[in-house]
Amino acid sequence: MAKNKEFVKFDNVDKSYDGKILVVKGLNLDIEEGEFVTMLGPSGSGKTTCLMMLAGFETPTHGEIYLDGKVISNIPPHKRGIGMVFQNYALFPHMTVYENLAFPLRVRKIPKDEADKKIDKALSMVSLHGFEARMPMQLSGGQQQRVAVARSLVFDPQVVLMDEPLGALDKNLRESMQYEIKHIHESIGVTVVYVTHDQTEALTMSNRIAVFNDGKVQQLSSPDELYEQPVNSFVAEFIGENNKFAGQVTDISGDKCKVKLDNGVEILANPIAVKAKGEKTKISLRPERAIIDPKDKMDNNHKGKIEEIIYHGDHTRLRVDLLGNKDFILKVPNSTARLDLKKGNELNIGWNSVDCRALDPK
Amino acid sequence: MSTEQILSSDGLPLEVSLRKAERKNKLKALFLVGPLFLFLIITYVFPIGDMLFRSIDDRKITKMLPNTFTAIEKWDGQNLPEEPVYAALYEDLAYLKKTKTYGKIIARLNYEKGGFSSLIKKTVRKLGKFEDGNYKEQFINVHKRWGQPEYLVALKNAAPNWTYAKYLKGVDLKFDQNGDIVQQPEDRRIHKILWLRTLKVAFWVTIFCFILAYPISYLLATLPMKYSNLLMICVLLPFWTSLLVRTSSWMVLLQQQGPINDLIVMLGLAANDNRPELMYNVIGTFVAMTQILLPFMVLPLYSVMKTISPSLMRAGKSLGGTPFVAFRKIYFPLTVPGIGAGSLLVFILAIGYYITPALVGGASGSLISNTIAYHMKSSLDWSFAAALGTMLLVGVLTIYWIYNKLVGIDNIKLG
Repeated sequence: MAKNKEFVKFDNVDKSYDGKILVVKGLNLDIEEGEFVTMLGPSGSGKTTCLMMLAGFETPTHGEIYLDGKVISNIPPHKRGIGMVFQNYALFPHMTVYENLAFPLRVRKIPKDEADKKIDKALSMVSLHGFEARMPMQLSGGQQQRVAVARSLVFDPQVVLMDEPLGALDKNLRESMQYEIKHIHESIGVTVVYVTHDQTEALTMSNRIAVFNDGKVQQLSSPDELYEQPVNSFVAEFIGENNKFAGQVTDISGDKCKVKLDNGVEILANPIAVKAKGEKTKISLRPERAIIDPKDKMDNNHKGKIEEIIYHGDHTRLRVDLLGNKDFILKVPNSTARLDLKKGNELNIGWNSVDCRALDPK
Repeated sequence: MSTEQILSSDGLPLEVSLRKAERKNKLKALFLVGPLFLFLIITYVFPIGDMLFRSIDDRKITKMLPNTFTAIEKWDGQNLPEEPVYAALYEDLAYLKKTKTYGKIIARLNYEKGGFSSLIKKTVRKLGKFEDGNYKEQFINVHKRWGQPEYLVALKNAAPNWTYAKYLKGVDLKFDQNGDIVQQPEDRRIHKILWLRTLKVAFWVTIFCFILAYPISYLLATLPMKYSNLLMICVLLPFWTSLLVRTSSWMVLLQQQGPINDLIVMLGLAANDNRPELMYNVIGTFVAMTQILLPFMVLPLYSVMKTISPSLMRAGKSLGGTPFVAFRKIYFPLTVPGIGAGSLLVFILAIGYYITPALVGGASGSLISNTIAYHMKSSLDWSFAAALGTMLLVGVLTIYWIYNKLVGIDNIKLG
C-alpha cells in the first residue's frame, strides 16, 4: 500500500491571537504517513501554535488543515484521534499509571480484557512493566515521560504530537529518551509531529525537520541536508555552528561566484541565494569544512591569526582572526598527532567554494 | 548492630553536643513563640475553659444553703425528712434574711420546680415569729408545701455542686422529681427545632455557596490576568466591607417595598398588594448568609484550581474524552480538596452565625447562636448560654472528626 504523501497537510494556514500580529503566516506543510517530522525553531516562532492547531486546541484564522484527506477544522479535539505528549507530561495526578493509560480506552468503550492487553503492550514498549499501580507522583521525571508517551500511543492514534516532551529532563536522560522515542517510532510506524527548540534533538530523531522562524517554515528537509545545505542565513545560523562573512557578488558563473568581502579580499563561493552581480550576500562556512595547512589544492587559501584556544575534550576550538572576521571558528580533533597551537600563531586555512555558500544578506 | 556511642571531636557524646548546639536556637524560638502562646491562653484557652466550667457550675446555691444541703444529704427522698433538715433550713434562711440575699435562691429553686417563689417569700416573711425547736411543724404551718415531699426532693436535687441539667435543657429534656430524664412539656420544646434549623441552614448555605462559587473560582483561575484580577476584587470587595453594612444592605434590598420586590412585581410574578416576604424569615437568612460566606468557598476553591494545569484538560480531550468527561473524570476530582476545605469552612462558620440571622432572620430564621445571645444578654442565664455554646463547639468538632474520617484532613488545601 502506497503511503499517503499528504497525510497531514497545512494549506496556507494563518493564525493570529490578537488580530494585530500573525503568529503563523501562510503555512504550507505536508507530512507523509509514518514520518517523524520535527518543528524546530526559536521560541515564539509559531511551532507550538501549529501543533495546537493540529491537535484542535487552537483554530486557524485562515486556511485549512487536512488529516488523511479530510478537513479537520470543524472536528473537536476529542474526535480527532490524535495522541499528544505535553511539555509537563500532563499525567492525571489522581490516577494510577494503569488508570492513566486506561482513560483513552475507557472513553472509547473498549472492553476491559482488550484494553488490558493494549495497556500491557504500551507499557512494555516503554519498559515500564510492573508500574501499573504507581501514582505519577511516585515516578521519576523520565518514568513520567515514558508513561505520557505510552498513554499517547495506547489507543493507536493516527498521529502523535509531542510538544517539547524532553524539555524538563536532564541531559543524559534526554539523550537516552531521544533514542527510545526514535525506536518506538521506527517499530510501530506511527506518524509523529515533534516540536522542539533543541536542534540536537531534532537532528537525532527526525526524518525531516521544518525550521520555523517568524511564523514561516524556512526550510523543510532531512537532517543532513539541513545541516549541509542550508537555503538561507537563518537556517545556517540556527543549525549547528556557522562562520559568516558579509560581502558583495562581483562575478557569477555556473556553480561558482566571486564575492568581495567588506575588507576588500575576494573569495570563491557557491551561489545559493544570489542570482546577479552586485547583490549583497552573506557567506556561510561550517567550521569543520575549513582545513588547516591543506595538502590538496583548495579554492580559497588565506592566513589567519589564533585569537583564542578553547579545549573541548574530544576537540579543540580555535577562534581565529580571518579576513576581518575575528570570530572565525575552527575545530581541531584532539588526535595523538596534535598541532602545536599557541595564541598569536599564524595559520594557513583553506576551503572549497562548494562548502562556502553565498546566501541572503540578512 | 554496634551500640557504640558516637563521640564528637571534643569527647562529648554526640547527642549531648547536639543538644548543646541547638539550645540557643531553641531558646530563641521559645522567645519568639512565647507572646503568641500567652495570647492564645488568655484569649482562647481561658475563655473556652471558663465556658465549659460555667455550663456545669451549680455552686452558688450550695453556698447559700450550706447547712440545709448537708442535712438533706442523708434523706432518702421517700417520706418527709426529719427535724434536723428543717432546723438547718431555718438557720440558712435566717442568715439569708439578715443579709437580704434570699432573692438569689428563688430563681434557682423556681427553675427546679415552680411554686418555690411564693413558698420562700412567705416563709422568709414569717421567719421572725419562729420559736426554737420543732421547726418541722412550724415550717408546715407557715406553708403546706413544706409538707409535700416533691418540694423537698427539688431542694435535694439542687444540692450537688455540678450539674448537667443545662445540657439536658439544650435538647429539650429535664430531670423530673425522681431524678429521671424526661422530655420537656410540648409547649417548651424549642431548642430541638432550633438545632435542626441551624443544621439545615448551614447545610443549604454550604450547598448554595458551592454552586455559586465553583464557576466563579473556575473563571478566576482560568481567565487572563487582566480580567481575573477585576473579578477577584469583586469577590473580595464585600469581604472588606463591614458585616453589618452588608447585612443592612440586604435588608434594604429584601424589604417588602425594596427593589427586589419591585422587580418581582414588575415582572408580574406577584401582585402589588401581595408582595412576597423575603425578609424576617428563613429566605432572608439563606440569601444574606450565602452572599456573606461566598468568599470562604471561592478562595480555597480558587487556590486549588490555580494549581491544576490547563494541559490536563487538554490531555483529557486529546485522549478522546468529551469536554464533559474530561471535566468529570479529571478536573472535578482534582478540585475535591478545595471543595472539602471550602465546605468545612462555610459550614462551620454558618453553624455559629449570629448577626445576619438576628437582623434578617426574624423569628422563623433565627438560629441557635441567637438563642445563645438571648440568654447572654436578656435572660442572663449564662450557664445555659455556656451549655449551648459548648454543645455547638462539640458539634463542630464532631463534624471536623467525621470529615477527617471520610476525606482526611490532610487532603484539605487552603492554598
